[in-house]
Amino acid sequence: MKRYSVFAIAKEALNYHMGWEKAWASPEPKKQYDAIIVGAGGHGLATAYYLGKNHGITNVAIIEKGWLGGGNTGRNTTIIRSNYLQDPSAAIYEKARSLYETMSQDLNYNVMFSPRGVMMLAQTHHEVRGYMRTAHANALQGVTTEFISPARVKELCPILNIDGPRYPVLGALWQARGGTGRHDAVAWGYARACSAMGMDIIQQCEVTGVRSEGGVVKGVETTKGFIGCTKLGVVVAGHSGQLAEMAGFRLPIEAVALQALVSEPVKPCMDVVVMANTVHGYMSQSDKGEMVIGGGTDGFNNYTQRGSFHHIEETLRALVETFPMISRLKMLRQWGGIVDMTGDRSPIISKTPLGNCFFNCGWGTGGFKAIPGSGWAMAELMAKGEPGALAEAFNMWRFKEGQFIDESVAAGVAH
Amino acid sequence: MSTRLSKGGRLIDRSKVQNFTFNGTAMRGYQGDTLAAALLANDQMLVGRSFKYHRPRGIVGSGPEEPNALVNLGRAGRSEPNQRATTTELFDGLECASQNHWPSLNYDVGVINNTLARFLPGGFYYKTFMYPRAAWKHLFEPIIRASAGLGKPPQEPDADRYEQAYAFCDVLIIGGGIAGLQAALIAGTAGLRVILLEQNAHWGGRAPVDGDVVDGMPAAEWVAKALQDLDKMTNVTLRNRCTGAGVYDHGYVLADEKVADHTPGDGRPKHRLWRIRAGQILTATGAIERPLSFAGNDIPGVMLAASTRDFVVNFAVSPGDRTVIVTNNDDAYRTAIALHEAGLSVPCIVDARSTVTGDLPLRAKALGLRIATGMGIAKVSGGKRVTKVALCMQAGEGAVIEEIACEAVAMSGGWSPVVHLWSHCGGKLTWDTTHAHFRPDATRPPTGADGAAMVVALGAANGAMTAADAMVDAANGTQLALKALGFDAKPKIVSSAAPVQEAEMEPVWIMPYGAGVKLKSKMWLDYQNDVKVSDVQLAAREGYSSVEHTKRYTTLGMATDQGKLSNINGLAILADARNAEIPQVGTTTFRPPYTPVTLGALAGESRGEIFQPLRMTPMHAWHQTQGAYFEPVGLWRRPYTFPRGGETHAQSVAREVNNTRNALGLLDASTLGKIIVKGPDAGRFLDMLYTGVMSSLPIGKCRYGLMCSEQGFLSDDGVVARIDDETWLCHTTSGGADRIHAWMEDWLQCEWWDWQVYTANITEQLAQVAVVGPNARKLLEKMGGMDVSKETLPFMQWADGTLGGFAVRVYRISFSGELSYEIAVAASEGAAFWAALHAAGAELGAMPYGTEALHIMRAEKGFIMIGDETDGTIIPQDLNLGWAISKKKADFLGKRGQERTYLASEDRWKLAGFETLDGSVIPDGSYILAPGLNANGQGNTQGRVTSTYFSPTLGRGIAMGLIKGGLARMGDVVDFNTLSGAPIKAKVVDPVFYDKDGEKQNV
Repeated sequence: MKRYSVFAIAKEALNYHMGWEKAWASPEPKKQYDAIIVGAGGHGLATAYYLGKNHGITNVAIIEKGWLGGGNTGRNTTIIRSNYLQDPSAAIYEKARSLYETMSQDLNYNVMFSPRGVMMLAQTHHEVRGYMRTAHANALQGVTTEFISPARVKELCPILNIDGPRYPVLGALWQARGGTGRHDAVAWGYARACSAMGMDIIQQCEVTGVRSEGGVVKGVETTKGFIGCTKLGVVVAGHSGQLAEMAGFRLPIEAVALQALVSEPVKPCMDVVVMANTVHGYMSQSDKGEMVIGGGTDGFNNYTQRGSFHHIEETLRALVETFPMISRLKMLRQWGGIVDMTGDRSPIISKTPLGNCFFNCGWGTGGFKAIPGSGWAMAELMAKGEPGALAEAFNMWRFKEGQFIDESVAAGVAH
Repeated sequence: MSTRLSKGGRLIDRSKVQNFTFNGTAMRGYQGDTLAAALLANDQMLVGRSFKYHRPRGIVGSGPEEPNALVNLGRAGRSEPNQRATTTELFDGLECASQNHWPSLNYDVGVINNTLARFLPGGFYYKTFMYPRAAWKHLFEPIIRASAGLGKPPQEPDADRYEQAYAFCDVLIIGGGIAGLQAALIAGTAGLRVILLEQNAHWGGRAPVDGDVVDGMPAAEWVAKALQDLDKMTNVTLRNRCTGAGVYDHGYVLADEKVADHTPGDGRPKHRLWRIRAGQILTATGAIERPLSFAGNDIPGVMLAASTRDFVVNFAVSPGDRTVIVTNNDDAYRTAIALHEAGLSVPCIVDARSTVTGDLPLRAKALGLRIATGMGIAKVSGGKRVTKVALCMQAGEGAVIEEIACEAVAMSGGWSPVVHLWSHCGGKLTWDTTHAHFRPDATRPPTGADGAAMVVALGAANGAMTAADAMVDAANGTQLALKALGFDAKPKIVSSAAPVQEAEMEPVWIMPYGAGVKLKSKMWLDYQNDVKVSDVQLAAREGYSSVEHTKRYTTLGMATDQGKLSNINGLAILADARNAEIPQVGTTTFRPPYTPVTLGALAGESRGEIFQPLRMTPMHAWHQTQGAYFEPVGLWRRPYTFPRGGETHAQSVAREVNNTRNALGLLDASTLGKIIVKGPDAGRFLDMLYTGVMSSLPIGKCRYGLMCSEQGFLSDDGVVARIDDETWLCHTTSGGADRIHAWMEDWLQCEWWDWQVYTANITEQLAQVAVVGPNARKLLEKMGGMDVSKETLPFMQWADGTLGGFAVRVYRISFSGELSYEIAVAASEGAAFWAALHAAGAELGAMPYGTEALHIMRAEKGFIMIGDETDGTIIPQDLNLGWAISKKKADFLGKRGQERTYLASEDRWKLAGFETLDGSVIPDGSYILAPGLNANGQGNTQGRVTSTYFSPTLGRGIAMGLIKGGLARMGDVVDFNTLSGAPIKAKVVDPVFYDKDGEKQNV
């Protein structure tokens, strides 16, 4: 792998950039691999990367139905934070956040992680108490957060209307080390690094079946034929249910559309990421200048990457009220992604009823920020066959036992 | 120079001069001008700077496809960035400014990026700016952010308002060109409810500009007649300045009407957002011309051929005295002819095709215009405006054969149907080799709820590229839609356009064909985002060869025009680089909106006080006059406290608690959820819903009940009263009423649909007042009318009667530990009843209290609060509420969930009370520390606080919380963590801090 640097660019420029090599190879699949990862999204590619980097397993294929990074990795709002409430969540998201800090250097690919700070507004007394709880939990979890005053909120984000007549801002949970990253670059950077380790990224190859013998996985049937493997990792987000069915079991996962939109680009007016959960909306400004806006999930299950329009309206009502100056900006593009929701809104990183077959899914609406931590934990699970500390709580049997890791707690009902 | 012609201009009214300013310079135009036309009329060729290299940008199009002419319109509360000059109607007093330059449009230091362009190819930023690590956030990113973006964000709140509306129709036609009008006439005559939308202020689309003849009349005349006919049809609605923005599931269409963009401040809403449900959607959205990729094709003065024609014919604006035409098709000859007829010079028509045979080239030839066949443009020269073009052989590598001085270049690379609306909801495309474009694939349309096609594309939008074909296609498509709606009648009247013979176009993706990388790095695909042919080829070379990768890596098609001009050209370059056919490469996804929609229009009227519906109790006005400090509870506003004089909230809350405990407090409890459950199976239903038994509740009595989710977690609580044999009244939490009512209906409609149970949420039908404190009974006796004695109305009973002349229902329940009555009256009498209680209670020490005093008093008494003690992970057993769970019932919602190992575990954290050793208040959200760290290095915990207050009654901090071991830990001293310093020590105690034996409430 030729290293990227400003000097490399200068050198190539003299030759009109004719000399750049492919970021990743596009090989035909081999007959057999030590490990196959299904799904070349961020989580799948990160899993492959850490299998190689942390565990020395590089005879790996990553199989992708479409194009790599083309699912939720390429259609999220790029927020990275780790101010979660429950211990297992805080652990894995904080691991992810810390890996993001050095990812550009680690991968030699600029993923533009920008710790610009994430604030979650408290707009009811109930929400204040909720975020105070998160702050106390974070203090014990090694996650640096603080609860800040309305004046500090305004100072960090001057375009916020903190005196709205309906939901004045009473404070915010602030994670200064959270921020945003360039979502596509994360997938591309991992793909390039995986390819450089000799792993095969096989795009446009759909898995159509899972082959097993005596309760142990043997490989996958694909549109490019059977591919054998010793271990199988399935990391396919919204389509996990279908893959689980091929592997012979069911998962407690529902697929719903989650929507997002961007405005036309404008000059910088917002440095931080703001989430306003009482009114349901969140916003940041990309390096390109677009306001990046996240909306809600549909109340019904589906696989269309669209979503219903009334959620967009609800989100914009919230944000125009919260940031009055955006009223005359324009929505440039709206889209949807299929998110895989578990009953407790926490992921599954787990062994399965099928031997040597592992699943990583259920990231729901918050997967992007978890990518490196998720890959790290999944690689450990696949390499050792048993979960490490990061993954242990996220086993799929917790739903049977009732041992939830409920992150919807902050949305507890009002009194 | 570009200028106004002395005559002509079908859309302008020369008698109405409109004065406007551009970058502070006074200019003038005419009514009917677009801002772009007016700028050109004033020789303003340079109108902006590109995104990345800050290159000079001029007007290239004449409609919504325009990527360059984006200006900041208006000022202060009406300042609007990124406004397309080509779709902005000129009005007198308009102020606009160019964007993305410093210090000025003419001298922009950002143009240094252009000088360095060779070092800044597509995706370069992924390869650098990585060292040192901190430099990205603190150095590189701020510079990139400052130089990116386009317009300046508004500084002030929006001065305008927006409206939203709904409409319903059988046939929605989007696009008011001749195809759309044809469709409207057919569907309208058939008697269907028709809505016809047109994005422009004027109707007719391209046909009047192109000189088409319909039904033997000039197109403009036919359009006027069609509009007259449609006007007479009461079943047809015409709406211009209204863009079909998005097509969603089940025939739902979003349309954006620019009501007052051209008359700002006239009192009307700026935009009106239409949500339209249509039986069939007909997209007659026309086509967009494609640029050609030759070196220097981005220099101001290079324009689309049809747009050039628009400016000349519609607005009598000349882009320059000498215009070179460059094309691969016959349509561009119309522009040559129009320019010639307007008295302007067309030194050469450069046609990439080796032969020309169509009617239009023959006409051009007859007019004496020079046609250079088999030729292309090697290079356009000029900085801020075109000065000359160099011609070469199209088949060659770009050796210059001839140079022609000119001021403008009109280019045409063919036409692409506007397929956006067709595609939004899943319509598929097919590649048309004749026209080298994607058009709707009628065999794979977007489908509605019934699985049948819901969109039909008409005319040019369907790939019917001549007026004659478009009219036929529109008639056929409309008939298809009518048939889908159940109308099979042949259309009565069908108009037709006169055919003009056009020869086949020839796809030209690069000009000249054999251009080297040096030329390719000067060929622009995306003018706004500065994506060149060489960038797309670089992306493909580096493996970003999926169309989505290419787009994201190069930013091709991600500008404000969303690739309306650049996408097909980019796809062709990519296909070539991949050695694949264009249809194999496919397109990126078409997403709504078709053109950007103002966020304010999407938010509509939901601003300020009415941002969300505001629910007010009948006593709300009284609370306001008393200076209540409100808090939002769901959509309600409830008084948090009623400060008096200079009291702080803490002081007023303490006063309210003390007064209620010692004399008399009045609480507006109207927000409490009240749901009537009635029917032969109501008892059975409630037994499933609540953990306890409600069917056995005697008439006249009340019982506290808990509701759990199927998972077993506590979701709501409240007092249930048995009204009569078949009727129960369920009280819910204030925030829970709607949710619980929906939950009831969910079970009744989806699972137990054969049970005879009816529910009604009567929360707002009743006002409710809690009369609380030692003097409560005295007040009711003073009001008079019914017996409220301990004997007649004991604790946990209710009775109907009158008090002070008001018809009331009185519940003897308590959430404070005091003697307490909750009294319901009709909502219409709530305010009067509340006032009467205060008047009568004055001498008994009556004072209102708010939600915070309510919370403190319930905490003093050890009562749990949904949302404080519960968070969706708590089961009743955690809160020592096992007594409220029936052991006898075979089933209830949550029973199975609670039997799971982890929920049945003895290790769960359970409710207890806590008293700090020093009397201080434990901070909200604090956790109880346990020794050591867990496997992830996090501090271990053994519990947490759930409610923590300063108790005015006890004069110290009290708290409820969950702790491993629960009440068995009584007497233990534990550490609560704090954010600021050392942990707080507290003793585990009984959570009932006040009146443990209930002597106060049971009097």
